[in-house]
Amino acid sequence: MTAVDVLVIGGGPAGLESAYSLANNGYDVAVLEKEKNICGHLNQAHSLFPNFQNASEVRSAMIDKMTHPKISIHNDTEAIRIKRDIDKWGVETGSGKEFMAPALLLATGFKSFDPKYKEELGYGIYDNVITTTQFEAMCQKGSIVSPHGQKVKRIAFLNCVGSRDEKVGNHYCSRVCCINAVKQSIEAKKVLPEADIYCFYMDIRMAGQFYEELYRKSQEVYNVNYIRGRISEVSPTIDKRLHVKCEDTLSQTPMKITFDILVLMTGIEASLGTVALGQQLNISGEYNFAKSLSLHMADNYSSHKGLFLAGTCKRPLTLPEAVADARSAAGEIKNYLKTLKQ
Amino acid sequence: MKFHPFVIPFIAGVVFLLILIVFRLKQWLKGLDRKQHFFVKQNFLSLKTLYAIVEVFRESLLHFKIYRKNPVLGYMHMSLAFGWFMLIVFGKVKSVLYAGSFFEPMWLSIFFNFFVTSNEPYPYAAVMTFLMDFFLLIVLSGLLIAFVKRIYSRLVGMKKTTKHILIDRIALVALWGIFPLRLFAEASSSALYENGGFLTAGVAQMFSENFASIVELPLWWAYSLSLSIFFFTLPFSRYMHIPAEVVMIFLKKWGVKTNEHHSGFTNIQLHACAKCGICIDACQLDFAASQKNVQSAYFIGDARYNKLTEDVVNNCLMCGRCHEACPVGIELTMIRQQYRNKKEMPGKLYYNYVDLNGYHANVDIIYYAGCMTHLTPGIIISMKKIFQAAGMSYWFMDEEKGVCCGRPLRQQGFVQQAKDLVHKNLRMIHGANAKLLVTSCPICYVSFKEEYALQIPLMHHTEFIESLIDDKKISLESKAITAVYHDPCELGRNAQIYDAPRNVLKHLNLKTSKCEKNNGLCCGSSLSNAVLDLDHQIKVRDNALNVLLEKNPDVLVTACPMCKKAFTHGHKVAVMDIAEVVAKHLNEVKTKKQLSEKPEMITFAK
Repeated sequence: MTAVDVLVIGGGPAGLESAYSLANNGYDVAVLEKEKNICGHLNQAHSLFPNFQNASEVRSAMIDKMTHPKISIHNDTEAIRIKRDIDKWGVETGSGKEFMAPALLLATGFKSFDPKYKEELGYGIYDNVITTTQFEAMCQKGSIVSPHGQKVKRIAFLNCVGSRDEKVGNHYCSRVCCINAVKQSIEAKKVLPEADIYCFYMDIRMAGQFYEELYRKSQEVYNVNYIRGRISEVSPTIDKRLHVKCEDTLSQTPMKITFDILVLMTGIEASLGTVALGQQLNISGEYNFAKSLSLHMADNYSSHKGLFLAGTCKRPLTLPEAVADARSAAGEIKNYLKTLKQ
Repeated sequence: MKFHPFVIPFIAGVVFLLILIVFRLKQWLKGLDRKQHFFVKQNFLSLKTLYAIVEVFRESLLHFKIYRKNPVLGYMHMSLAFGWFMLIVFGKVKSVLYAGSFFEPMWLSIFFNFFVTSNEPYPYAAVMTFLMDFFLLIVLSGLLIAFVKRIYSRLVGMKKTTKHILIDRIALVALWGIFPLRLFAEASSSALYENGGFLTAGVAQMFSENFASIVELPLWWAYSLSLSIFFFTLPFSRYMHIPAEVVMIFLKKWGVKTNEHHSGFTNIQLHACAKCGICIDACQLDFAASQKNVQSAYFIGDARYNKLTEDVVNNCLMCGRCHEACPVGIELTMIRQQYRNKKEMPGKLYYNYVDLNGYHANVDIIYYAGCMTHLTPGIIISMKKIFQAAGMSYWFMDEEKGVCCGRPLRQQGFVQQAKDLVHKNLRMIHGANAKLLVTSCPICYVSFKEEYALQIPLMHHTEFIESLIDDKKISLESKAITAVYHDPCELGRNAQIYDAPRNVLKHLNLKTSKCEKNNGLCCGSSLSNAVLDLDHQIKVRDNALNVLLEKNPDVLVTACPMCKKAFTHGHKVAVMDIAEVVAKHLNEVKTKKQLSEKPEMITFAK
């Protein structure tokens, strides 16, 4: 049994940032991370939108902060069961360890939509249909190659895969994919200046600082083609490239284009941990994201005393938003612990 | 002559009813199309007429089909129909015996106990009196069940009964009045003249002589009036099913078929519906998606009274479950299709712009995946693998360019457009000179089978794979995987392919589900319902999934791309097409992907 002041479930950017903020305020914090490494989805990022900052810089800064003496990081430690005593939260983990603290912060984050549910897009069937995460890994290596060894002449990015899609049950917008597609298409063009880049969208949503400018730049400087229309069907060509059927809904023309790589901009869903713990704690809201007490007034609170929420376990957020939300959660927890002492 | 003014309403009712039935019959028969007329003329004087009479006896009087569905419900219908029929028959025999002539007044048999009050002897009097009371008792017992059914329908195995319109209610009340009134009228006469049998004399004991003399005449008047009201309302109410069903049975036995055009035969079937409501219980839109007033009982009723709305016509999955359940055998899906058909300019070509040229000659097999299969490419690569494993060459007809088989258009009523597509596909199919057409989509399969007049054999891939296994062209490894097979509506009820998929899946541990074969459920994604919104489609799907997954199988196998997509989106189980299962478990080729034993399930949040 480990007793601390605050227990943070989830060692992604939100969990780590709140842990650091709380530690700086003199609280003992334990961070429970189910994976081998901390930093969550940031580990899969090469560069960050909208300023192309290297993700590794942000990662090492985060890891540096975790050397704080008041923070203990527990890797490979998945929170399985959460119990509540009077003014105390207890957490049982998969590895059999037990933790206890007066305040609990849920920062269990998101997972990417599994594109196998959109079978018509051919993910898992054709090797050159990949997710945005896989494309990011290619960028990290600095080589964008087709799995069949051909020279990559044409790349397609498809937005809203698993977002704003009634058929798969996700009606909401994941908010980060549009700008991420703009970023990745520029990355693609930087690696392969000769390649044609197409970006398929329903609406382009550029609601962030410098987003619109980047979108414009991608067209003016990098010649990225934007086509308003969804891809309806993907089939293989004889030389194992991809035939993509779609419609340009602005010019109302059906099209059939051949691509070497199709990148699916998979949307954000509540992570398995968010779903499981949310249901256990009875705070699951729309689409199984964790539900805060009040969006405008108490967004870091849950309906339980001493249980706080931070980051993308609540809804899709960009990295800066999640980190800011984590700091605000730390502030709320600090206030809460103070009132407990009185 | 035995006469009293109270018989007048009865006589008027009978005469009115007879005239109207003859008039309707004439109209219906006039409305038959040429082909249907031909069958009537051809088979009118044949053994088929005899079969029809037997069928009428079985279904219109004894109601065997309903009895098989639920014995109590069957007994109820049998006692009312057969009991009443016997009352009429023996009533007639009795009055003939009494009068000694066949041509006694027709009301004598109906009001016998009023007119024959002295105990004049006539042949078999005691037996006749007993039989009449016996059949009256049978009818009354059926009536009691009918009454209880109105309040508690589960007694007869029905979750719901039909909501009736005013004219039906009037006829119903009149019908329910007839037999108790007859009982009490006869009992009052029996109290006065001691001419009753065991039942009427028994009831008569409750009547004092004085009371009986007061109520006797009013009761006979009431009896005659309720008969009269019933006969006057019958042609306009659901009870028209009694004569219409008889006519329908004869026509069906003579070979008359429902086709895509509205005809006199449609009208006969519209009237043959008793609105019994058995179809309501069968309808997934009712029990899973709470869509009311669209079920066949209501649809047929609306059609009969010319108040059909587009929504009722179109809000139907066309899954065929109601057709399967209908005890009368009305071709409900086909009739709904008739009402969907749009008026089109015949001969106009809608798809002139589609340019399909070239076909492969010298292949034995044409493979047509179908539009929906193109949205589930897993099925296509599996079929390619199976063709390869069996060493068969084929032409993939709609791989690059292709047009729809036409069925979704046809189901939405665009008959001419559908025919245009049929024409285009047919040219390609027959141009290829192949020996077999294989399709992966049950929708296309039914379309090819019913609309194409193909000159080459047709197989759905379930049948094709079965034949490959039978011919030892491919073989499958046994797997300890539990599976449940879902019968797609089109492949099951519409194409009657039930055994082939089960034979193919023998290598798995195949479990049965509660809704199998002709009782199979619709996945909710049916293309033939263009008005049901996604939320309600999901309700139908989830309800079906709950039934299919009762035994917790590792994999749900189906044979239709639509069903596969729908159930995959249900996030409850690994869903595979039968072709994918076969491709994965092929003995010959072992690729890396086949090494994983359990079917791969897409991760999901529960």
